[in-house]
Amino acid sequence: MGVLKIDTRHPLACVLVMIAMLTLVACRKDVEVFLPETVQVGPQEVIVQPDDEREEGSEAGFKSIQGFYLLNEGNMGSNKATLDYYDYATGTYTRNIYGNANPNVPKEMGDVGNALAIYGERLYAVINCSNKIEVMDRRTARRIGQVEIPNCRYIRFHEGYMYVTSYAGPVAVGTEHKQLGYVAKVDTATLQVVATCLTGYQPDELEIANGKIYVANSGGYLTPNYENTVSVIDLQTFTEEKRITVAKNLHHLRADRHGQLWVNSRGDYYTEPSKLYCIDLRTEQVADSIDVAVSNFHLDGDSLYIYGASWSYLTMEDEVTYGIVDVKKRQLVTTNFITDGTEQSIQKPYGVTVNPLTKDIYVTDAKNYVNPGTLYCFDKEGRKKWSVRTGDIPAHIVFLGEKYE
Amino acid sequence: MYDVRIRGRRMLSASLCLLTCAMATARQTAETDSVVSLDDVVVWGSQNGKEIVPSQRLSGKQLEGLSSLSVADAIRYFAGVQLKDYGGVGGLKTVDLRSMGTNHTGVFYDGVQLSNAQNGQIDLGKFSLDNVESISLYYGQKSDICQPAKDYGASGTIYIRTRRPRFKPGKRTNVQVGLKAGSFGLIDPSLRWEQQLSEHVSSTLSAEYMHATGKYKFRYRRVLHDGTTAWDTTATRQNGDIGAVRVEGGLFGRMTDGQWNAKVYFYNSERGIPGAIVNNVWTHGQRQWDRNFFTQGSLKKAWGRYELMVHGKYTCDYLHYLDPDTTRLYIDNVFTQQEAYLSVANHYSLTEGWDVALSVDYQYNTLDADLANFVYPKRHTLLWAIATTYEWGRLRAMASLLGTYVTDKESRHPGRMNETADCTNRLTPAVYLSLHPLRDRALSVRAFYKKAFRMPTFNDLYYTDIGNTALKPEFATQYNLGLHYTKDFRRSWLKHLEAKADGYYNEIDNKIVAIPKGSGQYRWMMMNIGRVKIKGLDVSTQTVWMPAKDWMLALTVNYTYQRAQDYSDPTDNDPEAGTWGGQIAYIPWHSGSAIAGITHRGWGLNYSFIYVGERYHNSSNIRANHEEPWYTHDLSLMRDFNVGGTKATVAIECNNVLNQQYDVVLNYPMPGRNWKMKLKWEF
Repeated sequence: MGVLKIDTRHPLACVLVMIAMLTLVACRKDVEVFLPETVQVGPQEVIVQPDDEREEGSEAGFKSIQGFYLLNEGNMGSNKATLDYYDYATGTYTRNIYGNANPNVPKEMGDVGNALAIYGERLYAVINCSNKIEVMDRRTARRIGQVEIPNCRYIRFHEGYMYVTSYAGPVAVGTEHKQLGYVAKVDTATLQVVATCLTGYQPDELEIANGKIYVANSGGYLTPNYENTVSVIDLQTFTEEKRITVAKNLHHLRADRHGQLWVNSRGDYYTEPSKLYCIDLRTEQVADSIDVAVSNFHLDGDSLYIYGASWSYLTMEDEVTYGIVDVKKRQLVTTNFITDGTEQSIQKPYGVTVNPLTKDIYVTDAKNYVNPGTLYCFDKEGRKKWSVRTGDIPAHIVFLGEKYE
Repeated sequence: MYDVRIRGRRMLSASLCLLTCAMATARQTAETDSVVSLDDVVVWGSQNGKEIVPSQRLSGKQLEGLSSLSVADAIRYFAGVQLKDYGGVGGLKTVDLRSMGTNHTGVFYDGVQLSNAQNGQIDLGKFSLDNVESISLYYGQKSDICQPAKDYGASGTIYIRTRRPRFKPGKRTNVQVGLKAGSFGLIDPSLRWEQQLSEHVSSTLSAEYMHATGKYKFRYRRVLHDGTTAWDTTATRQNGDIGAVRVEGGLFGRMTDGQWNAKVYFYNSERGIPGAIVNNVWTHGQRQWDRNFFTQGSLKKAWGRYELMVHGKYTCDYLHYLDPDTTRLYIDNVFTQQEAYLSVANHYSLTEGWDVALSVDYQYNTLDADLANFVYPKRHTLLWAIATTYEWGRLRAMASLLGTYVTDKESRHPGRMNETADCTNRLTPAVYLSLHPLRDRALSVRAFYKKAFRMPTFNDLYYTDIGNTALKPEFATQYNLGLHYTKDFRRSWLKHLEAKADGYYNEIDNKIVAIPKGSGQYRWMMMNIGRVKIKGLDVSTQTVWMPAKDWMLALTVNYTYQRAQDYSDPTDNDPEAGTWGGQIAYIPWHSGSAIAGITHRGWGLNYSFIYVGERYHNSSNIRANHEEPWYTHDLSLMRDFNVGGTKATVAIECNNVLNQQYDVVLNYPMPGRNWKMKLKWEF
């Protein structure tokens, strides 16, 4: 080595070698706004619903679908909530479109994307640790404004208003810093909060049905004394009228077209396992339960696509189920909607969505939460069509298309 | 040796000596130390014939010139070191040696290891440089064999040595008062009192108070592809304040063929935790209170060829963490750790060139926390080590074997303990070789192999909900081959030259990593799934120049190349974005540092430079995870005055002279240009 061929006549040699080494290394450059990356992943498709095949009462009611947005949560503190877009016409997947659409927004989209929705002409993204709901144009993802709600979780829309759950209510009197959650009512025209209604502790997803708002209270900050109720809020008076007792640590809920509300519980991670519950909306009581671990679900027609992971201390692995529940029969009809073995390569399922027209199934893999995730597309038979790298913690998908009036 | 010529010029002599290990012995004879400790020679003088691989070392004027406040700031200048720095005066600072991970670093304070059974990390930002005489870094272990068994246990070892009292003839008391003040609202008065108590016993008392608001301007900026500004935002770092008190007392004694010392350390602080800067969130409210107390003692005595060394320590660490943010989970937790430690080391010289040693250590740790479902772990650790060194002409060799036996007890209710089934019983070997191929011993070739492991910490094992009691230890295996050249010159401007180059290969197996598991969305579980392979090269040179009378220039340059690859998940092998084979998070391929110091009579000018090359914050090496290089230039100007027989020093420092805006850790902005003034008066 050069460094060592030093003799007393050339004492400078080693210093020169060191300087030469330092010149190998690069200088700091200005950091560019992150530009989108487009990759070809799927077939070119035109997705249109013929009028005569229109599903009556279908939740989605899509006439045609052009693409979908995917919100990557990004690990807490990383400020890496990013937005991806899949375009059916070209079969291309574009990562990280927000920076290009909004190059002037400091610190980009924010920290931990928790929910995504399209309502009217707008795209709404709940950015949990940035304490805001980002409001964008649904076609261009250009920023229109934001609604500031601390620790916001999930959103639903009804007649021009956005309803948002938040963990950050007032500190309850006489408790040790326990904070009730609330639902905020936001006027989508002005992006102002017009009213709030208190719920249980740490309310997660909400659903609007029967002129009421149903809110899944988790009590996630009260470990191990979780909440076990669904709050029922009257839409007209915007006050909580009752609570339905279900199970510990509720998370998602969704109403079907048979007057039923499906709720999953996370359980307490020790003795009470995660489970799926069905509430009859007429009696507002638990009517049924299905003994399967459910982390997340998606309702399409009468099919509730679920996945659930339950930790096994025997195998030191998660045991994952990818199932479909027939909500009319209240039965688990399959425990593996992925039929070609692809589930073996999914490390941490994190989201499930079904294209309401093609019935293609989308499953996201969040892996270890810090590495880039993967989005898998399966056909309706559960065979993999394609997969693509996403941002960190791919989670929430909404379809962009034209709806029936 | 040329240092004889300049012995009279105290400052030059001191600086030179501190730069060159070769002269450590010379200094002790030249200076009128009342405590010429055997410990100095064995533990710190690396060229005393017993050490096979010498350390990297910073001390004295060079350390003072670095404009560092804490040990962490200074350690950045060593080759192979990456500092994880969350920014600011009070921010967390931990070191990663040769990419093996923070938990593989052993930090020793005056000869006894600082440990943290709770999370295994020592925050070196908490250790002030005010009372520190030298910092040494060894990869593998110190290749001296008269040492506690713990010294064989880490994969890389940092020795922090506090100042020993030294008295001029006829003086029995030394007093030093100091004041540092500067940017971030820093005010830091300190006092040091050294007293000669008897012919053989001296004492020191060192006290320091530090307060800083921790506020500084930071700027984030992004550009468009054509170079025009996309966004540019400047804000003030909030909640980075710190108030800390440190009091240290020590007794140092000498006896026939031996010495002893005892010390007490107390540190009490309150700080804000500034947190990550993310969209729409520019300030955080987390607070942390630390109270660290330890008392330790050591005794060393020789009887002919036999030498005995005893160390003992008691530690009590209190940590209170509060997150009062009304929009998030309210967290208010108190953790108390205690540790008792005793070590006996025996050393025997069989022949002139053949030594053997046996050390036995015992350690007991407990952790108390007010978490729900907490298991109140207690840990017994028994370590033993046998070692031998052999010298045969120009070849020297050392071999050691360390046995570690660890058993934990846990209970859901304090008072009722259940012994866990898991106990760990492992043997880890190390072999060191060095050869001087040339007659003048200027050049040496050295090699070492070492296996070591780190135990899962109490947090890894028992932290409510995420802990995993099935964890196995995490292993580090090191292979190192290096060359070392050192020479002093009489006639040229260059007086001293030292060059080192070490190539190494490390493997980390069973790396403990948090993995999301279970039915909840944010459920984590600690798992032994990580595997990292590291190939690296550390090169460093040190030179001392005397271009003219009374002018001295010392220059140190370090360069590190590291290829640290993640081999944890063979399925994640996409050539573009896969983590398989990717450079692990926050490890640059290229990094380096340079320190240049010029002294002329009472003046001193110091320049220091740190470079950290491009890196990724994840082992998926894609553009979204890319981090630009950063580098800082620091300058300090120092002047010594003689005021009626007392010595005063004034120094002005400017750090990050070019005002670079950078993050070491994603979203934790570092300070730009900042200033500090130091005053010191010794009498």
